[in-house]
Amino acid sequence: MLQPLEGSQAIAQAVALCRPQVIAAYPITPQTHIVENISKLVADGTLQCEFISVESEFSAASVVLGAAMAGSRAYTASASQGILLMAEVLFNIAGMRVPIVMTCANRAISSPLSIWNDQQDSMSVRDAGWIQLYCADNQEAVDTTIQAYKIAERTELPVMVCVDGFILTHTLEAIDVPTQAQADEFLPPFQFKRSLDPRHPLSFGTLVSPDFYTEARYSHHQALLKAETEILFADQQWAAITGRRCGGLLKVEGHPDAKIAILTIGSVLGTLQAALDEFPPEQPVKLIKLRCFRPFPVEALKTACENLTDVIVLERAFSPGGGGIVGLEVLAALAELPTPPRVHSFAAGLGGRDIPLSLLGKLLEAAKRSQHERFSIIDVELSRLPEEDR
Amino acid sequence: MTTEAVVINTTELRAKQPRFRGLESGHRACLGCGEALAARLVTESAGPDVMIANATGCLEIFTTPWPESAWRVPWLHSLFENTGAVASGMEAALKAQGKSTKVLAFGGDGGTFDIGFQALSGMLERGHNVLYVCFDNEAYMNTGIQRSSSTPHAAMTTTSPPGKERMGKRHLKKDIISIVAAHHIPYAATSSVAYPSDIRKKVRRAIAVEGPTFLQIHCPCPLGWGHEGNESIEIARLAVQTGLFPIIELERGGLAGAMPLRHPKPVEEYLKKQQRFRHLFTDDLRAKQELEHIQAIADHNISNYELLGEGKDAFDSEGIDTVRRGGMRWA
Repeated sequence: MLQPLEGSQAIAQAVALCRPQVIAAYPITPQTHIVENISKLVADGTLQCEFISVESEFSAASVVLGAAMAGSRAYTASASQGILLMAEVLFNIAGMRVPIVMTCANRAISSPLSIWNDQQDSMSVRDAGWIQLYCADNQEAVDTTIQAYKIAERTELPVMVCVDGFILTHTLEAIDVPTQAQADEFLPPFQFKRSLDPRHPLSFGTLVSPDFYTEARYSHHQALLKAETEILFADQQWAAITGRRCGGLLKVEGHPDAKIAILTIGSVLGTLQAALDEFPPEQPVKLIKLRCFRPFPVEALKTACENLTDVIVLERAFSPGGGGIVGLEVLAALAELPTPPRVHSFAAGLGGRDIPLSLLGKLLEAAKRSQHERFSIIDVELSRLPEEDR
Repeated sequence: MTTEAVVINTTELRAKQPRFRGLESGHRACLGCGEALAARLVTESAGPDVMIANATGCLEIFTTPWPESAWRVPWLHSLFENTGAVASGMEAALKAQGKSTKVLAFGGDGGTFDIGFQALSGMLERGHNVLYVCFDNEAYMNTGIQRSSSTPHAAMTTTSPPGKERMGKRHLKKDIISIVAAHHIPYAATSSVAYPSDIRKKVRRAIAVEGPTFLQIHCPCPLGWGHEGNESIEIARLAVQTGLFPIIELERGGLAGAMPLRHPKPVEEYLKKQQRFRHLFTDDLRAKQELEHIQAIADHNISNYELLGEGKDAFDSEGIDTVRRGGMRWA
């Protein structure tokens, strides 16, 4: 049944449907509404779990690590500075292969301080060894949250569900919240065979010499690559129960004969869909929604980009001095094609700058230029900068 | 000539062991390591129905060189600064599952006084049912003897070396037990590896408490303090007998007991046995002043905790571990 829900409220309800036993969180905008809503569910007795209001994000991540290792399903959520403060624990969780689900309410990174949306936070921890799934709307956020537990527990890898701060977390949409029966049918009770148990004492997080470290890293990498199958499987199984899919690893839409595609990550997809409807370009355009950024779906992307002449990657974060983060990976993957398309990488909407429908035209125009630009920030207002910084 | 192979049935041998051992022999600790001994005593007293969150440090390194482990209890090392939080999560999970297994958190002084201080405070404030044990050897020994906020005043470490401008560490040892006690937790105590029965008694007491408890155990490090391995216990005992490391118990933040010191020894007896204080035994005037300063710290502890006591109870800390004193707290 469709209900008008704020993104955070819907995510909180989805988390509750997964029956987590331990939740730890520390407040940070724009994640706060999620944990506030969960707190209310706990206070009302709708959700029975240990809710721990910790003294930092570092401890939030550490508490869920300890909880999962002690055999409980655990959840946390954060954003921006919180994600960076957690960074050391995030690597630790992944290296120890602990199945945890976290929501990242994507927000820009300081300095300068910005509480508004871009994806610099989750992109900055892309090497932590977590699965990263990006949501295009709040229905996907709900469905992906539930799928994430299945994926995490079957792969023994942590999953970060990335939702654009404010744009999704603080926006009301018509959401079909699954029933408890649907969630239970999909998600079995928490099972983690490597958990701490006094009857079978094991040691975790031990010191590893150069003789074994490489093998540990190798198996972690393999596990992430293999996780593609589980991500697809979870989406299919969820579709069998609810009739809804989130697009697996990535989803292509638009004209099948289009030679140009715009690759998006996160909620900006909706803006471009609207722009295509409102201002149909002369040339047909495809939209590629990259849902899964880690593992990076090389094969699926290659299939999606066969016969294209141009792929425009819309970046919501970048690496200063380097360029677009997603674009570079797309470029590397597509280089394996017999006739690789040109890859353009444009950042837009940094620190919450509005992305108007007119961006579509701007992107297509920029991609047409004979001078191929590897990366640029397309909505920068140079007139606001002193001469020497332009 | 033939030699007969000696066959040892380890399973049988283990069955004959008189008591449970949480930390087995064969680990890589240095000779005379106070921390290894203290950790064995703590796990022995705590029994098998526990799980441990261990901070990064010597204890973590020397007990678990993969694929080997010296632990016979479930044990988890995550990071340096999050032990209080990891233990909180473990405890919350056990609570959610309705299990009674006790969670122990182990950290060194660096992991407790310094980098893990916030996570510890959070754990205490939230009232998690965890016994946090700090093995206090007064410096970052694992990285090669750097000063921590637990390093005593004037001690030499690799980052507080004496020289023309310095007489070792310039600052005082952080009073962690008072800070911990200020969280008004049910039980907090100090102990020393020189007094095994004191450790055992305090661990058992702390385990029985439903709520956060804290035990700070003074553990000599022969390498870091500069003494022979066979002197660890003697030196740890002198720290107590001079008043430099008072053995106390606090309940809900209030002092509930202290190991009496009928005949305190001068601090020089403790200091002169350790290379980390050797710069204090020179003709330098500053050395003399520092010795006076350290004696003043000991005198303050003795008067602050009223260690001299009254009446005809225990005489002093000499032989405290072996002499049975019926009905006494310290027996």
